[in-house]
Amino acid sequence: MNKLSVRHLIGIRGLCENDIELIFQAAKEFKEVINRPIKKVPSLRDLTIANLFFENSTRTRLSFELAQKRLSADVVSFSAGSSSVKKGETLVDTVNNILAMKVDLVVMRHPHPGAPQFLANKVDTIIVNAGDGTHEHPTQALLDAFSLQEKLGTLVNKNIAIIGDIRHSRVAISNILCLKLLGANVRVCGPKTLIPKHIQSMGVTVSHNLDETLAWCDVANMLRIQQERQESQGVSYFPSLREYASSFGLNKARLDKLDNEIVIMHPGPINRGVEITSDVADSQHAIILDQVENGVAVRMAVLYLLASMQ
Amino acid sequence: MVSQILMDEAQFERVIDRLTHQLLEHHDFSNTDLVGLQPRGYWFAQIIQQRLQAILGKPIFCGGLDVTFHRDDFRRRENPISPSLTEMPFLIEGRHVIMIDDVLFTGRTIRAGLDALLAHGRPSSVQLLVLVDRRFQRELPIEPQFIGKSIDSIDYQYVKVICDETSESCRVMLFNEKPA
Repeated sequence: MNKLSVRHLIGIRGLCENDIELIFQAAKEFKEVINRPIKKVPSLRDLTIANLFFENSTRTRLSFELAQKRLSADVVSFSAGSSSVKKGETLVDTVNNILAMKVDLVVMRHPHPGAPQFLANKVDTIIVNAGDGTHEHPTQALLDAFSLQEKLGTLVNKNIAIIGDIRHSRVAISNILCLKLLGANVRVCGPKTLIPKHIQSMGVTVSHNLDETLAWCDVANMLRIQQERQESQGVSYFPSLREYASSFGLNKARLDKLDNEIVIMHPGPINRGVEITSDVADSQHAIILDQVENGVAVRMAVLYLLASMQ
Repeated sequence: MVSQILMDEAQFERVIDRLTHQLLEHHDFSNTDLVGLQPRGYWFAQIIQQRLQAILGKPIFCGGLDVTFHRDDFRRRENPISPSLTEMPFLIEGRHVIMIDDVLFTGRTIRAGLDALLAHGRPSSVQLLVLVDRRFQRELPIEPQFIGKSIDSIDYQYVKVICDETSESCRVMLFNEKPA
């Protein structure tokens, strides 16, 4: 099979192992392409893609735009701050208006969980989810798993810890689904207030002790503390950033205590000194910038495979 | 399914020998590289590379180029094509390039190959070597300089190059329908 089993990429849920393998195989080729002197192929030259970002983003949006441009697609980008959404237009109306201008594929980030699925049911176009609220962020999970596979060879029976703000993290959910599908053991770690209830039903173990988790894992994926979500809800999940950093922040002293070397990941943007210190983030164990490079290749693969099925 | 052998293993050996010597007549390989189109063109290019190196006693560059992302039938095919690896560990800027493929049919793969090649620099010249040339079926103005065997076939027929990786030999078959 060299076709994806889905028409849209809404989440990792819904993908099968073969889909992920197919995406990784294409991503490997695209990584070679983006390291050439001429980093562009003409595959999507007759396609127009709209990037609809109803929520702020720098990395994901740049990464998607670069992926689209390196596939020679025409790109229009839109952010909610400066649009008619402020005037009260509904999501379906906004998207239908954009599609009326003959757009073939929509990449969307939205603050509401489920928005891409809702859109996929209502409008006739290919939808790629670039993050929907606290639900899923599938391309981030794919690029994380791709980077790990590149580093470790296989993920089968590897111990992977996701550490930090699991409650507000779409990256955590997509990562858990993707890593479990590829055969890894996953543990989430963080303060009790930032771990959702019943997360064990996703097949993960839970820990509230960072040192114990670091001793167990081969890979530590440090998630960002999402202060903006906490502030907007007017709720505090831990007493202070300083206290969080001392209990759940990754620093050199903690790494030095370990017997084995572990791989450090972070989806960005980093709060230096909170979830991870600068010396660790910039160390050779960190694959944070590989994640960013692979992000473009993986997104090229996703767009290429989805577009090829039309 | 009716099939016909166009070239057996012994003929393949002779054809490869002839093509190698034809290349040597035109190139001294001081500024010439081989580039095979993945998958079988690359395999075939590596055999020619070995023969040339045995005769000349010096290393010759041989790259493998994947043309999947440069094809003009993207989104027009029932099943998308899976890409193969591109291995171009050298620069082709200012070099003479011999592009190598197994079967030349409509010329569209070679067109995509030229496009893909230019992403790696501007070669001084490009020549085309094919194992089998299905003449009279071209859809683009592309002609090979070095030909293993020219055949006359009808467009619904299918030419398949069957390679044996271990013995490095090859057979060319003609089928009246696409083989499974």
